[in-house]
Amino acid sequence: MGAFQSSPGQPEYVDLKEKTGFSISQIRVLHTRFKLLGHNGETLKRDHFNSIPDLACNPIRSQIIEAFFDRRNFRQNGEGPVDEIHFEEFLMVMSHFKAPSPRMIEERESVRREKLRFIFNMHDTDDDGTITLEEYRHVIDELLSLTEDLGKDTAKDIADAAMREVASTSMAHMEPDEFFEGITFEHFLKLLKGFEIELKMNVHFSIMDTPTFCK
Amino acid sequence: MPARRDSHSPSGKSLPERGLLLLIVLVLLQGSVLPLGAASSPDTTHNDYVDNPQEKEENYTKKAFPVLTLNYQYIQAPFEISLWILLASLMKLGFHMIPRLSSIVPESCLLITVGLLVGGLIKLAGEDVPPVLDSRLFFLCLLPPIILDAGYFLPIRPFMENLGTILMFAVVGTLWNAFFIGGLLYAVCQIQPANPSILHKIELLPCLLFGSIISAVDPVAVLAVFEEIHINELLHILVFGESLLNDAVTVVLYHLFEEYTRAGTVTVLDCFLGIISFLVVSIGGVLVGVIYGLLAAFTSRFTSHVRVIEPLFVFVYAYMAYLSAEVFHLSGIMALIACGATMRPYVEANISHKSHTTVKYFLKMWSSVSETLIFIFLGVATVDGPHHWNWTFVTVTVLLCLVSRVIGVVGLTYVINKFRIVKLTTKDQFIIAYGGLRGAIAFSLGFLLKKNLFPMREMFLTAIITVVFFTVFVQGMTIQPLVELLAVKKKQEAKRTINEEIHTQFLDHLLTGIEDICGHYGHHHWKDKLNRFNKKYVKKCLIAGERSKEPQLIAFYHKMEFKQAIEMVESGGGFKLPSAMPSTVSMQNIQPKKPPPAKPAEKAPSQLTKGREEEIRKILRSNLQRTRLRLRSYNRHTLVADPFEDGFDDLLIKKQKMIELEKKIKDMNNYLTVPAAPPDSPTMCRARLSSDPQSYRAKPESDSVPTFQVDLASPQSPDSVNVMDEFRRAGQQRGGERREEDQGLMMRPHKTGEGADGKDPQKLTRCLSDPGPGADEEEEDQPFLA
Repeated sequence: MGAFQSSPGQPEYVDLKEKTGFSISQIRVLHTRFKLLGHNGETLKRDHFNSIPDLACNPIRSQIIEAFFDRRNFRQNGEGPVDEIHFEEFLMVMSHFKAPSPRMIEERESVRREKLRFIFNMHDTDDDGTITLEEYRHVIDELLSLTEDLGKDTAKDIADAAMREVASTSMAHMEPDEFFEGITFEHFLKLLKGFEIELKMNVHFSIMDTPTFCK
Repeated sequence: MPARRDSHSPSGKSLPERGLLLLIVLVLLQGSVLPLGAASSPDTTHNDYVDNPQEKEENYTKKAFPVLTLNYQYIQAPFEISLWILLASLMKLGFHMIPRLSSIVPESCLLITVGLLVGGLIKLAGEDVPPVLDSRLFFLCLLPPIILDAGYFLPIRPFMENLGTILMFAVVGTLWNAFFIGGLLYAVCQIQPANPSILHKIELLPCLLFGSIISAVDPVAVLAVFEEIHINELLHILVFGESLLNDAVTVVLYHLFEEYTRAGTVTVLDCFLGIISFLVVSIGGVLVGVIYGLLAAFTSRFTSHVRVIEPLFVFVYAYMAYLSAEVFHLSGIMALIACGATMRPYVEANISHKSHTTVKYFLKMWSSVSETLIFIFLGVATVDGPHHWNWTFVTVTVLLCLVSRVIGVVGLTYVINKFRIVKLTTKDQFIIAYGGLRGAIAFSLGFLLKKNLFPMREMFLTAIITVVFFTVFVQGMTIQPLVELLAVKKKQEAKRTINEEIHTQFLDHLLTGIEDICGHYGHHHWKDKLNRFNKKYVKKCLIAGERSKEPQLIAFYHKMEFKQAIEMVESGGGFKLPSAMPSTVSMQNIQPKKPPPAKPAEKAPSQLTKGREEEIRKILRSNLQRTRLRLRSYNRHTLVADPFEDGFDDLLIKKQKMIELEKKIKDMNNYLTVPAAPPDSPTMCRARLSSDPQSYRAKPESDSVPTFQVDLASPQSPDSVNVMDEFRRAGQQRGGERREEDQGLMMRPHKTGEGADGKDPQKLTRCLSDPGPGADEEEEDQPFLA
């Protein structure tokens, strides 16, 4: 057993509940999972994530794992990667996938922003606030990475086409000497305006199966 | 919605509209009068035939050779069918000519009214109204096209995501409705005070049967009404999905109660068997559909040599699925839906573009005609059917339908919301409840009842018709203003962009990953597993050739490219920019953090203005004359751009673009068979005429980032370069595998204008002297720069 007792005192949970918006039972379940993943250690490292067998066939696995170790997602206005995370940070990252409660209609916009910010951070790997062409290409390469014998150029084409689309939706007229540096967060918001991400980017946390064991 | 735009008088009823109305009236008269006139002839011909053998021996009197005879009997059935179809279609046309009518009254109401009129006319003419809504005709001919159309184009993603909700509404909701209505009706029938009315004689089981008939939401009516109001996808799929899936429940309940009406009682064992039967009916129906769907997909893999009959396979396999399911009293509707939904991804990957269009249009056409006919027949059958009006019964039925629907929806939503991530709001619930329309299926099922078992059949039919009329007219007409009033979210018409597609996929993988990290085998996990299974095994079997390995994103990208290429070609390769990219951003602009290689003097007007177009037109026209003189002496070293520089650059660009376009389209042959070369637009022909073919040569491949370098030593007209840029970008859109050639487009007007393509020198040289066969057709027909 690590430093965390198996049933920690409620005050910690309540504190986390305030910060993340999860319910006590959800926090408890996630904590169990956290401990399982980390072999009852106090922190999780990247290797722990890598050892989850189901993740192996996920094309964007590395990006997902990186997202957990990215300070920007910890809602503390930090930046840069970390090497290990505690339960609180784990919970913070997970909280991005909570469904908006129906009463939060007014806050829908902010929920949207938050979720889109998460995805933006996943794309923007060098933390500079814009998604450049190279980064976007990398995203698409990863997405298509599990396909065999892909024409090398198709991924590039798709990225280019997508990039052009972004540029044209956000800036209709471009002076030739203007350079489109990359997709900023505002552009990103505009781009996925019709996407209704607040309805889609949700994971069911309330019902958990018996935890599957990762070796 | 005025259907004609050519120059006719805009006054109320113009000549062609009058003609159309006259035509409709004539058709009606013909339909009703001809059977009258023909009533006599069948007897005579028949008698003649019977008598003839005897007459032959006895007294064969030679009559004058009949020049013109009337034999209606011979063609009666097909003739009447065609007449009805013609009438239905003409009605549809007619409605859209009357300007404001179609926006106020939904089409279904108008069609029922027409049916009533036609039925009335026929009755006035003294004829028997043909039993048009014969149940066999309805279930075997009229219903399948509509359901297949719905199933084939069913949006799978929202359907699957909401499947739990839909099933809850379909199964539990319909059960609730049936028992509530049936039970309460029975109770009401029993509480009649002193005077013994006919209602007392109705027993429980017939009431329940009636309840089960009337409780099912009808897909035809829902489609007809919801299509016109364009509400958001979620609500549409909920109501529509419910109307499709409740067929299984209806079938089971109907048969259950019908069987046991004779017995009079239903035991627990029967109920239990009923539940088993329900599972068998629904799962069996789906299974039958899936099997036929896979068969169709497999067949379509081999149709590459006989493309013409591809659509036939789609239709016939689907219809066979329906019929096979009906043989075993399984749910035919679910079979059709499953068949269409299963075969679609594979078939679309295999069949040609033209076949795809054919399938789409035939399905739409048949379902449209079917729907129209159903509503008209509903009107006719109303006039015809023996009616027994009983105030109590009918009003109580209508009331109960409304009440039970509302209670059912509210109650179910309460339960469902516990499990849904995105909850259903009150507004949603209202629309779902209000959208529970009944239609022709209920009527046909009622028609099927046997009179000896159900003495109150007429009363049932009357009540069913009243409910149908009520829902279609009242609810159908008022749902549109209500939607506006409640500000329900409407359907988003935006075209799917590639960014959205990328992010859809990205999100799928992300959510699957998160679920895996949480250890929660949820929705996304299983979907991902299914997708992987599909990709690994199923697609290899069912999709021909290379496309089996194509991941979805790439398929989407190619489809998008292809669509844009078609758009480009259809717009004559003219100045219209591809619709997805209304701006002039080029790859050049998307090079962050690199110092600009040289400052290109591009300016970026967003669209070529009309004035500019005129100018270019003039220049091109003038070019035509001049360049004919310059045929021989071209040499790229002496090519001087300046005299009509603007136009010249445009020509260069257009020509290059068209060539690229043709190549791309030829490549696309792998994916979708398309005529090899699109017809040349007149612009391009003239462009070819006026430019030197040898001036185009591909720059040697460079793997560098595709930049567009412009030599600034030459005075470039800003617009021309910009247009070139735009086309270059457009060319890149179609880049794909041909990327190598596109790179490094160099433009040095003083020396040469090099295009990206030197691989077709033959074509180019041919164009110089003779535009070539393809060009001729276009040149004459299309106006210049259409």
